[in-house]
Amino acid sequence: MAKVTIDDIEIEVPDGTTILQAARMIGADVAPPAMCYYSKLATTGGYCRTCIVKVEQGSTKDPRPMPKPVPSCRTTVMDGMVVRNNTSPEIQEARAGIVEFLLINHPLDCPVCDQAGECDLQNLGYKHGAEATRYEFDRRTFEQIDIGENIKLHMNRCILCYRCVKTCEQITDGRVHGVLNRGDHAEISTYIEQAIDNDFSGNVIDVCPVGALTDKTFRFKSRVWFTKPMDAHRDCDKCEGKVAVWMKGNEILRVTGRKDEFGEVESFICNTCRFEKKSVSDWTIEGPRKINKKSVISANHYEETKKPTYLYDRVQLLNDGKKLPEVNSKDNG
Amino acid sequence: MLSLSNRKKVIEQGELSFMEKLYLPVIAKGLGITVKHLFKRKVTIKYPEQKRSFAKIYRGLHVLKRDEQGRENCTACGMCAVACPAEAITMISAERKKGEEHLYREEKYASVYEINMLRCIFCGLCEEACPKDAIYLTDRTVDSEYNRDTFIYGKDKLVEKIDNRIDISQRKIKTEQKLDKLK
Repeated sequence: MAKVTIDDIEIEVPDGTTILQAARMIGADVAPPAMCYYSKLATTGGYCRTCIVKVEQGSTKDPRPMPKPVPSCRTTVMDGMVVRNNTSPEIQEARAGIVEFLLINHPLDCPVCDQAGECDLQNLGYKHGAEATRYEFDRRTFEQIDIGENIKLHMNRCILCYRCVKTCEQITDGRVHGVLNRGDHAEISTYIEQAIDNDFSGNVIDVCPVGALTDKTFRFKSRVWFTKPMDAHRDCDKCEGKVAVWMKGNEILRVTGRKDEFGEVESFICNTCRFEKKSVSDWTIEGPRKINKKSVISANHYEETKKPTYLYDRVQLLNDGKKLPEVNSKDNG
Repeated sequence: MLSLSNRKKVIEQGELSFMEKLYLPVIAKGLGITVKHLFKRKVTIKYPEQKRSFAKIYRGLHVLKRDEQGRENCTACGMCAVACPAEAITMISAERKKGEEHLYREEKYASVYEINMLRCIFCGLCEEACPKDAIYLTDRTVDSEYNRDTFIYGKDKLVEKIDNRIDISQRKIKTEQKLDKLK
C-alpha cells in the first residue's frame, strides 16, 4: 500500500496504482481530466497530456520534486508522494496550453457536430481554452468517411487519442482499424475504407472523446440536450444489454453505453443493441439517468430543481429580521 | 370574505350638499376639462397613415439571415432554443445533400424552424446565443391575426428573401457592444 496526497487530500492505494486512478478514487472534483486514457482498455493513455499533474514530493525516501509535470495516467504512485492538480496554478496554465494544442487542428464545428453537449474536448475547452486561436496556418482537412453502415468518421475532429484503435484491438477480433501516416499527417482509418463488421465495433463511438466517430443512425436527428437519457436493458445474447437510451417523446433516437462521471462506459454494448433496437418495445426502461446539473443536457429540465433550503433564512436576515409571509417559507416549496 | 391584500378601502358616501345637488357647476367643470384638452398636443397618431419611428434597437419580429451568397446561415445547432426562456423555438435539422451547397452554408441545416410568436417575449436571448450570426430581431412587428395557429411562424415567414434583404446592422452594433462589455 502507498499513501499519496493529492490536492491536500490523503488516500491509501495499492502499489502500482497510477496517480490518475488514485485521484479518481478520491472523487471526480480532484481527478485530472483525461482525453486518451480509458480505464477499461489496456495500454491507453500517455498521448494527450491533458492529465498532467505536478509532483511536489516524489516519495518519503526521495522527497525531491519531479522536475517537470508528469502525465498522471502513466505515472504510478509512490509511498509519501505529494501531488498537485487543481491547486497548482502552474498545472492549470500548462493544461490550458495542452488544450490549445489539441484545438490547433480542431474545426470547432460544434454547432454542426452531434457530439456537442457531451464532448470531452468541448468541456475541456470551455474550462481551460482561450477565446481565440493563435494559430495562423490552415487546419488540416480530410473528407468524411463512412466506416461501415452505421459509423461516420470525421477525421477533421480527431485528436488522435488512439482509444478507438485500442478498442478495435482489444474487444473486437482482427485488426482493421488503425492510425495511418505520421505526425501532422496521421489519421485514424480502416484499411482502404474497409467496413468494420464486428459485433462490438460500434463501441468506438462511445470511447471517442470528440465527435470524430459518430453514430450514423443518430446523425443530425437531434441535439443531445433535447433528448432525454434513460437507463434501459434487454436480454441480449452478445452483450450485457445494459444501455442508456436517448429519447425524444416516445421515440428512441440513440442507444449508447452507460457513461459514468469520467465519460467511460460501464459495459461495452453490441451493435445489435446500439443500431438496430430503436423501438420502445425492445427495451425495459428503468428510469431517467442522473445527469450532472452543470451539463447542458440538463438545460430546460426542471424535474430535479431543488429549492435552496437556506434561502428563507437568508432573505429574512436581509429583511431586517422581519417576519416573512408564510407562503415563502421552505416548507411550502 | 376576507381580503387577501388588505389594501381595500371602504368609502362612505355622505349626503350631497346643495351645490352638489344642482349638478350644473360640476357639469361645467367637466366640460371645461374636455375643452381644455382640445387645445393640448395630441397624444395619439393616425395609424396606419402616420407611423411612429422605432428605436434603433427595437426588438420585433425575428429574421433568419442569409450570407452574402444567399445561403442560409442557420445550422440548427439549437442554442437559441436552449437559451429561449419562453421555450418558443423548435427546429428539426437535416443533412445538406449534394447540389444544395448554394442553399445552406453548413452541412447541417434546419429543415423546420418554428417560433411561436405567442410564447415569444422578444427578449433577444436567441440572438445573443446564436453562434452562426443567423437569427436577429428586427424593427418589424408581428401582425395581428384571428387564429392562434397562425402565430407559429415557420421558415417561410422567418427566412429573409434573397431579393429582399433585411437590414439588421443597427442591432448588430448593439450586440457587439454588449459582447465587448463582457470581455
